[in-house]
Amino acid sequence: MKQSGPVRNTTTRRGFVAGAAAGAVAVAAPVLLRADKAAATQGDLEAAIRAITKGVRPKEDRVKVDAPPLAETGTAVPVTVTVESAMTAQDRVSAIYILLEQNPEPEAGAFHLGPRCGKAEVATRVRMFAPQKVHALAAMSDGSFFTASVHVEVTLAACVEIDVK
Amino acid sequence: MSVRIRVPKIAKKGEVVEIRTLLEHLNESGWRRDEEGKLYPRNIITTFVCTYGGIEVIRGDLRRGISRNPYFSFWLRAEESGELAFRWQDESGAVFEETARLEVV
Repeated sequence: MKQSGPVRNTTTRRGFVAGAAAGAVAVAAPVLLRADKAAATQGDLEAAIRAITKGVRPKEDRVKVDAPPLAETGTAVPVTVTVESAMTAQDRVSAIYILLEQNPEPEAGAFHLGPRCGKAEVATRVRMFAPQKVHALAAMSDGSFFTASVHVEVTLAACVEIDVK
Repeated sequence: MSVRIRVPKIAKKGEVVEIRTLLEHLNESGWRRDEEGKLYPRNIITTFVCTYGGIEVIRGDLRRGISRNPYFSFWLRAEESGELAFRWQDESGAVFEETARLEVV
């Protein structure tokens, strides 16, 4: 692997403030057990979808979302999105979006499928802040949109993610 | 940090093959706290791109909902022998790159 540029991504403890230490440790557990920010609402999800579709109403068809019905933790939940499409130059899926309605930021990612993409299927792993529906939105080359969703039950939300060293 | 990719060595022309990638990266969302309750500074992978013979296969515009050690799998149509290039970029400006060769017969 080739790597360039700064990396500030580290799990090292830093800035340990001695005076506040005792108190901070005592409250650490309850702080970790709730999301730091209020979960997204249905309105946030709809706003995120509107921002993508520019007002076009997505049809509930052609998209399949695969995710486990029950995830022990929300730290890395596998999600596969498949869209029915011939993927020809004229008729293709131009992008697949994954949205998590209960996350502080509903849109998790957008995958733009280029001319060399042979099948409209993308898999990734997502963070989940609560049991919720995973929505997938497919943007088609003709400007239309298709959507589907699946519910995932989460026992332990992503905000309690612990260090794996 | 390292990159793990799975690319078939050989494919038939026109065959659609699965590509799997994983970058070892904390993909820190800025939502997570340490033992003292302090937030870890945000630094997520914002972009992932795979090209094949210089032409884009997939481009991910990524946000905080993607897990640590970002994993992506997708499908490409084998056209001719060539190089697959993979590129990830995080918010600190770090760039991670890997390449693989696909022989088309």
